[in-house]
Amino acid sequence: RQFYQRARRRKKLIGNFQNDLYDQCLQFYGQPPLENISLTEFETFAVERLKLLKTVENVGVSCGKSSEQYTKKLDAEISSLNFPHRGGISEYEKRRKDHISHFILRLAYCQTEDLRRWFIQQEMDLFRYRFNCLHSKHKTDFLHKNNLKYETVSAEEKKNLKDKLIASSYGLSGTKVEEHDVYKVPFQDALDLVRTRKVYLLAGNAYIPHHEIVTIVLNDFRTRLSKALAMTARSLPAVQSDERLQPLLSHLSHAYVGQDYSIQKNIGKISLEQIDALSGKSFPLCMRHLHKALRENHHLRHGGRMQYGLFLKGIGLTLEQALQFWRSEFVKGKVDADKFDKAYAYSVRHMFGKEGKRTDYTPYSCMKVILSNPPSQGDYHGCPFRHSDPELLKQKLQNYKVSPSGINQILELVKGMHYQLACQKYFELTHNVEDAGFSLNHPNQYFTESQKLLNGGRDIKKEVDMSQRSQENPASVTHPSQANSKQAHEEMGDLDSFFQDE
Amino acid sequence: IETYYDPACLPDLLPIYYRRLFPFSQYYRWLRYGGVSKNYFQNREFSFTLKYDIYVRYQSFTTQNELEKEMPKMVPYKIDIGAVYSHRPSQHNVVKSGTFQALEKELVFDIDMTDYDDVRRCCSAADICSKCWTLMTIAIRILDRALREDFGFHHLLWVYSGRRGVHCWVCDDAARKLSVAARAAVAEYLSLVKGGEETVRKVVLSDPIHPFINHSLSVVERYFQQYAIVDQDILGSKESVDKVLALLPEDILSFPVSNSRKGGQYFDKEIMLQYCYPRLDVNVSKGVNHLLKSPFSVHPKTGRISVPIDLKELNTLILLSLICEELERPRADEAEEDDMKDQENEQEAGERRRIRDYKRTSLAKYVKVFDRFLEAMARSRKGEMLKKSDLQKDF
Repeated sequence: RQFYQRARRRKKLIGNFQNDLYDQCLQFYGQPPLENISLTEFETFAVERLKLLKTVENVGVSCGKSSEQYTKKLDAEISSLNFPHRGGISEYEKRRKDHISHFILRLAYCQTEDLRRWFIQQEMDLFRYRFNCLHSKHKTDFLHKNNLKYETVSAEEKKNLKDKLIASSYGLSGTKVEEHDVYKVPFQDALDLVRTRKVYLLAGNAYIPHHEIVTIVLNDFRTRLSKALAMTARSLPAVQSDERLQPLLSHLSHAYVGQDYSIQKNIGKISLEQIDALSGKSFPLCMRHLHKALRENHHLRHGGRMQYGLFLKGIGLTLEQALQFWRSEFVKGKVDADKFDKAYAYSVRHMFGKEGKRTDYTPYSCMKVILSNPPSQGDYHGCPFRHSDPELLKQKLQNYKVSPSGINQILELVKGMHYQLACQKYFELTHNVEDAGFSLNHPNQYFTESQKLLNGGRDIKKEVDMSQRSQENPASVTHPSQANSKQAHEEMGDLDSFFQDE
Repeated sequence: IETYYDPACLPDLLPIYYRRLFPFSQYYRWLRYGGVSKNYFQNREFSFTLKYDIYVRYQSFTTQNELEKEMPKMVPYKIDIGAVYSHRPSQHNVVKSGTFQALEKELVFDIDMTDYDDVRRCCSAADICSKCWTLMTIAIRILDRALREDFGFHHLLWVYSGRRGVHCWVCDDAARKLSVAARAAVAEYLSLVKGGEETVRKVVLSDPIHPFINHSLSVVERYFQQYAIVDQDILGSKESVDKVLALLPEDILSFPVSNSRKGGQYFDKEIMLQYCYPRLDVNVSKGVNHLLKSPFSVHPKTGRISVPIDLKELNTLILLSLICEELERPRADEAEEDDMKDQENEQEAGERRRIRDYKRTSLAKYVKVFDRFLEAMARSRKGEMLKKSDLQKDF
């Protein structure tokens, strides 16, 4: 509720208060922000944190959480998105953004069990990463500032217990015990370590070496965040009644935050004859599947027509080509030319923005395909990694000549619910590369990247378009984050109409 | 110590037990916990198994008096104790749905002899004898030490379950307030023997050996020779020798023992632990609302009473019939007269008689153990209150 109020009420900030609030690089997000911000900042902050959390997720699954690659990639993302990092000087703005963006995302991600779980997991991983980056002194400062009543053990007690400590804790040597702090924590606060017997217990206290204190802190973080989300969910109706915030929040949890492929750079470059071949080489599995079903049944239901039709638009089909494509296929089936023109042509034109609201619809992102409109009997749309029975998926991959070990890797990712990474793996296996070189978020992105790879060399046209865009908006060139926010705003707008017309 | 027991005598003996022997005032004193929390006794769930196996839950009582009146009336064959709830259990149906919740309960452990069937040769299932009773002694020593020294608990009540095992009731304030996750964590910390019928090697040790395991090993080693080699005679037949051999690393004949298998150098300790280390059922300890047999409850199948165990003496059992016979035999007709008079007398007379009666039986020494336990808790509560009032500077 406090958060909701701040978007409306004017509250004056006290200068010193500001400095105190953000004097630490890392925080538990115990207090909601108490200031006024513009809607633009609201959106930008939210979208950027979302990007960060998605990177945290992807990088965590594809590299190990403690690997060098993980550190490098996460460092890069944190810097590029302007989030606080390693306690540098003049981090005030970044810390403010960190604080505010966390609370905005709480509003978007408190609504269902799945969303809450995802949000808590990524925030925990981010927190762990940032905590581990702190200097030892800052770690202790953090604990004290946050009222974690963990006393350090006296040097004498440490000496007496040295052998026992070494025998109970992983990675603890005699020197480490002498040189670093050991914390005494009530055993109820260290349950993970107690359960696995990875800690020394005496008189109800767990003796935790410095390098393990993060596990304890994380548990505390998870508990607090979990409770806070439950409370946030209860006050959500009040926030959602604000017309400015409601559309933003309800789309954030489905938000796709990349390119929208509505600008058809390759328009007219694809001929209909190429589609069959392209479907095997450069289409993601979902579209390959839809194309095959269309060819075999000479028909697709609404969900499939939308998903596949918009994708085709995104790869460069013109309206005329699309009409020809759909008509020629449907006519082979039970639909005659007249019926097609009466019933189906309208919806194709609709997709291209030539009917009704005349909004130019954007092709579906992976998130949208995975999360909305699950297929039922007789449907071919959706994400095969998410919606197909694993056995059927396996058969399909075998038919497409994917290697058995590759299939296993894919199925493992599917089991862990990493559907986009599974598709990325499919890309890597079918294109014979070790690393896709991109983070898959959109079926059209799959197509573009595939074509790039198969045709060798960069896509020159794309670069020209990008630079032209930024030149059109001189104001946005000066501040990179503003350019992003404008884009984000436009994307939000597209998503808006998108969801409303289902 | 086997004497003849006929379950058919229960309907006659139980009412006498409840009227004249059950130590109600100590029982009430225990569950009241000094009255520090309001309604602690009133919100406690009891469940009764009545004649013909009728099971009733959510029994609760408001006073000691009510308890004393109801038990001889209902004559439960078995009594279980559950959690302290947010409301009176007997009124759980009228409470707004979702608000009736289990709040606190003692941390409990149940060691059951049948869980050791794969490693004992003298008995099986519900039978116990002096040879395998040693396993309980070992279990009690190991767990008692760990709960006190590692976890810092002070008020532990060990009780014979009445049939084939022992229970531990950890009654500290902190223990009663533990969450489900905490209880599970404690139980897992204390578990070393893992795996069911398909697992051959149930104990796996690797470096470094946690101090808890070392403490446990020193207890096991003290008893192992007498228990396993002599009493259980584990090397006495080909079949049981094979069982032991199955636990050895394959390359035992090559010396020194290689580290090809995890912790291969500790196979001797692993074997001892597999044969002797306590086997807990984590599910019993986990649940806050889990119901466990009450101390001083009778076990209908054996006629034995669940008596508190004095840790200085771990080897005797008691039969319900035995106590009652002690009473009945010398004063058969008098007892009946007295009994009838009792039912017309006030509570005071009943109380007096009860004290006299159990003191005449071997139940007396077990009630003494219980008394000592209650005294220790009372002293500790007093100490806590003094500490608190000192802090608040109340004089």
